[in-house]
Amino acid sequence: MSNKIVVNSTINGEPQVFLCEARQTALEVIRETLGLTGSKEGCGNGNCGACNIILDGVLVNSCLVLAPELEGRAVLTIEGVADTCAEADLHPIQQKYLEHAALQCGICTPGFIVSTKALLDENPNPTEGDVRLWLAGNLCRCTGYDKIVRAVLDSADAMSA
Amino acid sequence: MTTSSQYKILGSRPPRPDGVDKVTGRAVYGNDTLLPGMLYGHIVRSPHAHARIVAIDTSKAEALPGVRAVVTGADLPSLADKMEDLGKGVANLRYSSNNILADDKALYDGHAVAAVAAVDLGTAATAAGLIEVTYEVLPPVMDVHQAMADDAPILLSDLRTDELGESLEGETNVASHFCHARGNLDAGFATADVVIEREYNTATVHQGYVEPHAATALWNADDRIDIWCSTQGAFAARSQTAIILQKPVSEISVTPTEIGGGFGGKIPVYVEPVAALLSRKAGHRPVKIAMSRADVIKATGPTSGSYVKVKMGATHDGVITAAQAMLAYEAGAYPGSPVPSASRVVLAPYKVENVQVDGYDVLVNKPKASPYRAPGGTNAAFASESVVDELARAVGMDPLEFRLQNAVVEGDRQANGLPFGRIGYMETLQTAIDHPHYATPLEGAFRGRGVAAGYWMNWGGKSSVSASVDADGSISLLEGSTDIGGSRASIAMQLAESLDIPYEQVKAQVVGTDLVGYTDLTGGSRTTAITGMAAYNLGQSLRAEMARRAAELMEVDADTIQYEEGVFSSNGTRVTFNEVAEKAHAHGAPIVGTGTAAPDQWGAAFGLHIVDLEVDPETGKIKILRYTALQNVGKAVHPSYVEGQMQGGVAQGIGWAINEEYVYGDDGTLLNASLLDYRMPTSLDLPMIETTLIEVPWPDHPYGVRGCGETPIVPPAGAIANALHDALGVRMEELPMSPGKVLERIWAQQAA
Repeated sequence: MSNKIVVNSTINGEPQVFLCEARQTALEVIRETLGLTGSKEGCGNGNCGACNIILDGVLVNSCLVLAPELEGRAVLTIEGVADTCAEADLHPIQQKYLEHAALQCGICTPGFIVSTKALLDENPNPTEGDVRLWLAGNLCRCTGYDKIVRAVLDSADAMSA
Repeated sequence: MTTSSQYKILGSRPPRPDGVDKVTGRAVYGNDTLLPGMLYGHIVRSPHAHARIVAIDTSKAEALPGVRAVVTGADLPSLADKMEDLGKGVANLRYSSNNILADDKALYDGHAVAAVAAVDLGTAATAAGLIEVTYEVLPPVMDVHQAMADDAPILLSDLRTDELGESLEGETNVASHFCHARGNLDAGFATADVVIEREYNTATVHQGYVEPHAATALWNADDRIDIWCSTQGAFAARSQTAIILQKPVSEISVTPTEIGGGFGGKIPVYVEPVAALLSRKAGHRPVKIAMSRADVIKATGPTSGSYVKVKMGATHDGVITAAQAMLAYEAGAYPGSPVPSASRVVLAPYKVENVQVDGYDVLVNKPKASPYRAPGGTNAAFASESVVDELARAVGMDPLEFRLQNAVVEGDRQANGLPFGRIGYMETLQTAIDHPHYATPLEGAFRGRGVAAGYWMNWGGKSSVSASVDADGSISLLEGSTDIGGSRASIAMQLAESLDIPYEQVKAQVVGTDLVGYTDLTGGSRTTAITGMAAYNLGQSLRAEMARRAAELMEVDADTIQYEEGVFSSNGTRVTFNEVAEKAHAHGAPIVGTGTAAPDQWGAAFGLHIVDLEVDPETGKIKILRYTALQNVGKAVHPSYVEGQMQGGVAQGIGWAINEEYVYGDDGTLLNASLLDYRMPTSLDLPMIETTLIEVPWPDHPYGVRGCGETPIVPPAGAIANALHDALGVRMEELPMSPGKVLERIWAQQAA
């Protein structure tokens, strides 16, 4: 059997140690080894954004990151998003996605919410054009994006209020 | 039209019961199942579009440490032996079996030929690479024109054309030809002042759900099979698996996970029976198979590429006198394209007495077509709505006024002779004519506006729900309809309305085949309407039982009981719904109920779309500037999700119209099996999508609900083609209207 690599990283604020093979992606380890199945594999090659995570503050497709690259880095997955907001049980972005019916089947939703968080961390007052450009790396096949874009703009308003 | 004030809950926009799980990543989808001792499956697929399978050597894979089972088509029960006994029906069953693991031939690039189960994903993938398949490569047939040619290579040597109900002699790729005709076509065209006849070709496209297919199966030592999968219908997955594995349905239990989109493509089973076979061979350990995106594009889905010819005639004053359509649809590798439903869409919006529609179901070396949102409707309406636009312009009429003048109403007959019920199409058209979008002039070079109509007949089917009343008055509702876009909410809302209690008091769950009565799949735009009807019936039954218990508590005759807003009353005494529940829990039998629905008739949906676009003359790229979708949706139970259905259908229709297509090499291999190269719309490609809901109720539904999800994908391609003509003066007769093709037309126009 293959040699495994020991990786130390911080997952959603908690220090974690895991074993992985060199060929494994961050997505595979996050889902299969760490059991955080909120990150989804929609394409496996960086085209759909369903696996998006925030790695040391940068939005990435976790299917394009190798698991050993998580050594010494901080990972935020969908499961950790609510905890980044101390005031409420849900993050305002999650709340606004619900209020605007910005999800139908929901498979792309974790990736969209993580991407939205990364956008608003960087640009707290985006225009509709900013939102559409930023989210162009996340595919949604159900909604036509209308309600998602509205939810993001409303999240920005709620968070800057 | 109904008004929202008729109802207390219907028409409101409450949060969905599964909402928090879906925004926090907690919801469990097809690939999120994790069972003790679970193995991982991997499927080996044909790299050839058309090939005879000479031999499969699995020995190296079986010898790899960590591999627990390998299966091929030879492990499936042989359905071929029964064909002579039972006829054509079994032939079709054999095809669905051969589609999930090939028999003697691989019929498309990506056709499954073997599968392996191993202790982890990496070992399974390595083992799959060790399976050696020897192929004799055959020439492929890649579109209906090739497939219908006299000397075409033959996919299935035992296929015979069903020609208007008769079986023809000789080998063929045409599975069937049917015809609907009424009136006198020649006489109708003879009275026309203008006749337009055009031919259209459309590319193969995929449903494009973001969640790949995934299933976990456990073939237990007692010979019972448990399956957890992402499916549009647990009962449909169970019955297909039972047929393929030749098991009674009583020995199979299907638990649906959350489903990450389907649009028709998660009606067929692909990996469920294969995972079950691997589980049995691996010593009854559970096996999960999750497809890659390339697997999804190559071996599931697509909807038909097609060739459609439409001829229509009208008088100078704009009356359509005759209409004819010929539709040839790709079935993929086995019979069963959506050409029958396409034939019901193609001329649906038009009152015409002299009409003929011919349909051809044609085999090609592509994946077996599966349903895709209003199956076949988009290709058909692209053709007919383009011809109608030309006709309207030829007689000098506004395209909406022309449609209004020829619009069908209740009682008008369709091409197949069936009369329309209450459809509300006139109301939809009139609202479109009066809409601010249509009233606002569009100015600027390379800009154009187009309109198109669309129809889908929807489906009734059968549904069951059951519920128990808990001690605090809350209702535990169990549904068999998988929830793809908020249907837990829309069904719970109808139960709450029926019981006259708050929505928050109903807890809705989707459960598996052992836990609720038979329910047809989520498809045909049926779930909110028909499972909602079952929920209404359940509410009425629970309400009657609660009234009986209230009468006992109040010691009055049940006939004297009044009920409103959660309070039972009789001659000045009163008891609340929740008090009855509490006391029933303390004394007496539990209160449980069931509701079912299987209507003979159900509501259809007409829509009308208006699009403004701009063409970049340097690149041929179409930019959508403004889009408005109007539709008769019946009573909108949860308007946000109705709008969402319309916006989503429009987005898929736009993708189909201007970008999406399967691109094949000369050898029939697929060149664009990734989401980079199979180009679906992103947020940057679309504007906000305006919706107008017209609520003409369906009279046979207790709340007037009709299905709404499919119609919105029907008009976009035609509307965009008509807008493109308005912008450039050219008629595109091919989908997709991708930048290169548009640019060629611009250059041709400039050269001329």
